[in-house]
Amino acid sequence: MEIATNNIALKDQMIRLFEDNQASIFQNDTPEIITRRKKAIDAFKLNGFPHSKLENWRNTDLKQTLEAPYNYYFEPTFKDEINLKQIFQCNIPHLETDMFTQLNGWFISDNGPLKKSTDDVIIGSLNAAMEVYPELISQHYGKIAEDKKSGFVSLNNAFATDGIFIWVPDNVTVNIPMQMVNIIHHDKDIFIQNHNLIILGKNSKLQLVQCDDSVDHQRSLVNTVTEVFVGENSSLDHYKLQNKNNNSTLINSVFFNLERDARLTTNAITLNGGLIRNEHYVKLNGENCEANVMGVYLVDKTQHVDNQVFIDHAYPNCYSNELFKGILDDSARAVFNGHILVRRDAQKTNAFQNNKNILLTDKAIVNAQPFLEIYADDVKCSHGATVGQLDETAMFYLRSRGISVENSRLLLMYAFAAEVINHIKIVPLKTRIDDMVKKRLRGELSICEQCVLHCSTMEQEVKFDIDMSKV
Amino acid sequence: MLSIKNLHVSIEGKEIIRGLELEVKAGEVHAIMGPNGTGKSTLAGVIAGRDGIYEVTEGEVCYNGKDLLELPIEDRAREGIFLGFQYPVEIPGVSITNFMRTAINEIRQYKGLEQVSAGEFLKQMDEAKKLVGIHSKLTNRSVNEGFSGGEKKKNEIFQMAMLKPELAILDETDSGLDIDALKIVAKGVTSLRAKDNATIVITHYQRLLDYIVPDFVHVLFDGRIVKSGGKELALELEAKGYDWLKAEV
Repeated sequence: MEIATNNIALKDQMIRLFEDNQASIFQNDTPEIITRRKKAIDAFKLNGFPHSKLENWRNTDLKQTLEAPYNYYFEPTFKDEINLKQIFQCNIPHLETDMFTQLNGWFISDNGPLKKSTDDVIIGSLNAAMEVYPELISQHYGKIAEDKKSGFVSLNNAFATDGIFIWVPDNVTVNIPMQMVNIIHHDKDIFIQNHNLIILGKNSKLQLVQCDDSVDHQRSLVNTVTEVFVGENSSLDHYKLQNKNNNSTLINSVFFNLERDARLTTNAITLNGGLIRNEHYVKLNGENCEANVMGVYLVDKTQHVDNQVFIDHAYPNCYSNELFKGILDDSARAVFNGHILVRRDAQKTNAFQNNKNILLTDKAIVNAQPFLEIYADDVKCSHGATVGQLDETAMFYLRSRGISVENSRLLLMYAFAAEVINHIKIVPLKTRIDDMVKKRLRGELSICEQCVLHCSTMEQEVKFDIDMSKV
Repeated sequence: MLSIKNLHVSIEGKEIIRGLELEVKAGEVHAIMGPNGTGKSTLAGVIAGRDGIYEVTEGEVCYNGKDLLELPIEDRAREGIFLGFQYPVEIPGVSITNFMRTAINEIRQYKGLEQVSAGEFLKQMDEAKKLVGIHSKLTNRSVNEGFSGGEKKKNEIFQMAMLKPELAILDETDSGLDIDALKIVAKGVTSLRAKDNATIVITHYQRLLDYIVPDFVHVLFDGRIVKSGGKELALELEAKGYDWLKAEV
């Protein structure tokens, strides 16, 4: 159904939509989840959508996004016999993943909605899991995605009925990386809300690639919430790849909860997008946790990318490190807000934060804001933010060896981004991102017809690179 | 090869070089000596094309019949000019291998040559590495990042060996080197000497000239070359200091 005309605000429409469609929304819910949804919609009624008077939204303007009309659906927007491969293929050479796809926020698969592997790893549709594993979902759904964090989170908690569900039991190392892809492909402008739930038991390991793509140029508003539970002594590598069209708005909130001795690396790689807001919430909910929260964004034209990081050091002896780097061209704009909370008992905390930006034009804008809130007295915390141009002495050095202005700039920009790229532990993914960053910097990569990982000129050699290991 | 006539250069309105004359022919090694702040590094920067700092107010710099001052930085390098930096720049994230490969290929492209093959490139790398005694590990690292002073200077000579310039200007390559590193660097430079190339060595001290033996020694003072001579001039300077020259001027 179509929503958001010019007369009635999107907020009121969403509230009415919720009330009118409870039968669809509650279909697979346990009583606990119904209660949770009602609580969430109440929170949304109170707060509505975020606005620029809120401190964390001061530099990200949603006016255009929220005034546009969208279509909203309570059931999949495609028919069962759809050929997914015609719409989307992931073509990273040598990258072997278990891929799970959502089309417009709805799980889509040829092999049924839920899959259980030999080592009891469950993966599939959240909607189906609600029916098959109601207790598991009730225990986790909406537990760490707090309504108060933003109107988008509460709205998602109230509405979302599908997404990806992953359950990794205790003592399981998942050897093949999992890849979850949300493709937006529709003939109308749409508003999508999906909710992913990822649960790792104790002593487990998972590598997860989360891709957000659009395969057409239709306007869309995507509000994704992902809740990730990392159990004791478990480890998660999480990568977010974002290559969206310039008419899209993506609000991507990820909530991580780490139990003692858990390790997390999350890396948000934004190559293109109209308006992208990444919210990272990390709770270090036990001793000896480690969290590396990283990101790189390469934006131009009037693109807007906003990274928000909140790290909650609730226990002693934990380590967190944030590193976000961006290159902005044209009138692009980037926002970085990093908030580190060190609670009173979280002694021996090490928490570091860094945001570095290169502006290629006078019109590009960066707003960086660190916020350290420390209540313990024996901690090591630091933050830093830089905004600058390419280093002139370095440019002279490169040019004095015969390298053109253009390639010198490319080398320096690439080197700047590489600091984050080098942390990607899945080698074929790293190679590909590396390649895409180079192409992006050369202006050769725009929205691909396929996906973020399938760029049309993949065979073309990038000249300034030589990989010694292959010679 | 290089002909500088009546060169005047200012930095922020202050004249640093005032009417400098210099002729360098193929096969020659020239040493330029002089006290601090007399314009030695400025001269090197102007020849290499450092922009945004120096303003050439008068005079000409002619290189193989071309007006050098008209050429952008990279074209000067492609025409065969190399500057060994006094303070080599750290470039995190760019490996020396990528850096050299890019440079060589751009120079070759300028000359209408094909790209260097991987095999040929590696061979050149090996030879250049041997010449200055640097480890393979170093060339896989980012350019100058975390290098010691000696490693940085060796890396300059390594690049010189890779790019095989026609005219190399070594700006205080000896500063910050211990005697062993100095010998290695000097040996590298000396073995690259040939009939068809030339080197300008800029230095404070005679010490380097024990190992890189110059054909000509020039004393730069107050923005001009006030005295020129053979290698024995360097010894005289070492013995007497610069003061006797100041008195002469």
